[in-house]
Amino acid sequence: MSDARARILARMSQGLGRPCPDTVARVQREDAPMARQVVHHVADFIARAHALQSTTDRVADMAAVPAAVARYLRTAHLPLQGVMWPQFADLDWVAQGLALEMRAPQSDDRTGVTGCFCAIAETGTLLLHSGVGLSAAASLLPETHVAVVPVARIVTRMEQAFALLRSEVGSVPRALNFISGPSRTADIEQTIVIGAHGPRRVHLIVVDG
Amino acid sequence: MHATSDRFKSNARERLDDAGLQANLRRFGGGFAERRREAVGRVDDFEALRDRAAAIRTEVLENLDHWLLAFEAAAQARGTRVHWAETGADANRIVLEIARAAGVQRVVKSKSMVSEESGLNEVLESAGLTVTETDLGEYILQLAGEPPSHIIAPAIHKSRDEVSALFAEHHHTPPTRDIPVLCEQAREQLRPRFLAADMGISGGNFLIAETGSVAIVTNEGNGRMVTTLPRVHVAITGIEKVLPSLDDLAAVLRVLPRSATGQDITNYVSVLTGTRDPGASDGPQENHVVLVDNGRARLLGSALHEALRCIRCGACMNHCPVYQNIGGHAYGWVYPGPIGAILTPAYLGLENALDLPQASTLCAACEVVCPVRIPLPELMRVLREESFSRGLRPWHERLSIRLWRWLALPPRLYGVASGVAVRMLRALAGRDGLLHRLPGLDGWTEGRDMPAPQGRTFREQWRQRARRPS
Ligand code: SF4
Repeated sequence: MSDARARILARMSQGLGRPCPDTVARVQREDAPMARQVVHHVADFIARAHALQSTTDRVADMAAVPAAVARYLRTAHLPLQGVMWPQFADLDWVAQGLALEMRAPQSDDRTGVTGCFCAIAETGTLLLHSGVGLSAAASLLPETHVAVVPVARIVTRMEQAFALLRSEVGSVPRALNFISGPSRTADIEQTIVIGAHGPRRVHLIVVDG
Repeated sequence: MHATSDRFKSNARERLDDAGLQANLRRFGGGFAERRREAVGRVDDFEALRDRAAAIRTEVLENLDHWLLAFEAAAQARGTRVHWAETGADANRIVLEIARAAGVQRVVKSKSMVSEESGLNEVLESAGLTVTETDLGEYILQLAGEPPSHIIAPAIHKSRDEVSALFAEHHHTPPTRDIPVLCEQAREQLRPRFLAADMGISGGNFLIAETGSVAIVTNEGNGRMVTTLPRVHVAITGIEKVLPSLDDLAAVLRVLPRSATGQDITNYVSVLTGTRDPGASDGPQENHVVLVDNGRARLLGSALHEALRCIRCGACMNHCPVYQNIGGHAYGWVYPGPIGAILTPAYLGLENALDLPQASTLCAACEVVCPVRIPLPELMRVLREESFSRGLRPWHERLSIRLWRWLALPPRLYGVASGVAVRMLRALAGRDGLLHRLPGLDGWTEGRDMPAPQGRTFREQWRQRARRPS
């Protein structure tokens, strides 16, 4: 097996006509161009999230989140049941009649309420990462994913999300999941169908305070 | 995968005569090109995004060995086991050994073209494992027992009725023409398999040297399931897929989904590094990456070097008039369309795919759309040249090229010959001034008429003008 490694590496350095260098200097370039400029973080994030078939709501502060979740589920006639990340344990969910449990989801849990590490205005994308109390399955198994997005965590572009990770988390967690709307497929006759293996609905609650 | 790329002509003939396939190609083929065009239209400066992506891929290939070793060191530091496979068969053996050592019974797979190269499923199944493809298109093809016909829409050649018939047979459900209902059936069938699997196998769109991560780009969410739920995750991918840093990933992602499906970004981009975070409730306990050469390393520094920049978006086939008419299966191996016409002979040997680089008018539509600016027509020309100089073309073709050379090199002889040819063509034309048949070129005139030359040759006219001062 290590022979295979040596042979593959030998083929590569032969083809490239030099022994494999220990260090390689990167070509210095300006920041990569963005696909589209972001003029207003929050407004652009929301508009682009809508284009990805996410729905959004906007509330003043974290205390208003349980009511927003309840409002969304009731209006869409969805069951008031599911799981949430433990970071929301202190909010008053009971007053809103919500039975959300703080645990990893089973396959039949209906709603997953998560936070996010940050959100990206350029594409309307969420970044969630794995870790203790940050169940990755909560944004994957339930058919409805509700994510709480503080305005202060909306960055312009994906590179800034990586910079934030380096400065706040250090090494990359096991999974970085960039999420851009509900799961979809176009594998039959190129017809787009929302709700493939993952969530059928992604609802974002943008929190100002 | 068993290759039939040496029988391209008969493969293509069969597909052209297949009325059902032709109808499907007509109906579903154009959508991709239109969606890409719309996506490009929403971007400030798409050419600048392509320049950056191409520059990054070019830079990586210059020191691919270095970046692979950097990836390996970073991945190992996070507990990922990195394996090197020289051939597809080696890759299969490695995956099977991992499965055996971990006591695996049930495998779920998300799409991996490299595992199509190696025929991994057959090997795992004959060793007694249950393997389920979970990408909807791949799942349909697994039921049908067919290979993919497109690198990002594997079942694009199937109509809803064909899918419905397959599902009715395997799921025992009533047939339906309702596409969302068919998707729902697949979701219900596959959900329990995700939950019960011991091992997930995925491809890898990119390897990140900075962090030792595998990046996977998907829409259905099956890629996330396969890499989150089972206790073992194996990513199997080609050695050319490295990017130096996460920021490079951000830059390349600006062109990949737009070029592929016309999405600004895919629903999911997962960057996976090492094993389960200590104390977390999900993530694999064991994590492997299999780096597959299978013909890639020897392309470095060769005349086909640039083909290794490919990020597998599928745009070249979506815009190829030949692919649009014959579909992916005619190409006879894993990669169809223009990039397949280069990679198949490059990986399997030119003698096993002799007609593939010829299956193009060199219209260059592929080069115009390729997000990493691979000069696909030029690479096909390189292969055509090689097949001629190695004496692989049929004798009559070689003879006619020699004849042409003999005729075209001396200007006087060429002038006389073209004058004769023009007059002969005029004589062959019908009263409508069109050529309907050309002796010996029936294949070409069967489907088209050509206007016959009306006047004298260019050279004759030129000479006349030179005599007459204007
Ligand atoms: S050759 Fe270019 S256009 Fe074709 S699949 Fe590769 S990256 Fe896409």
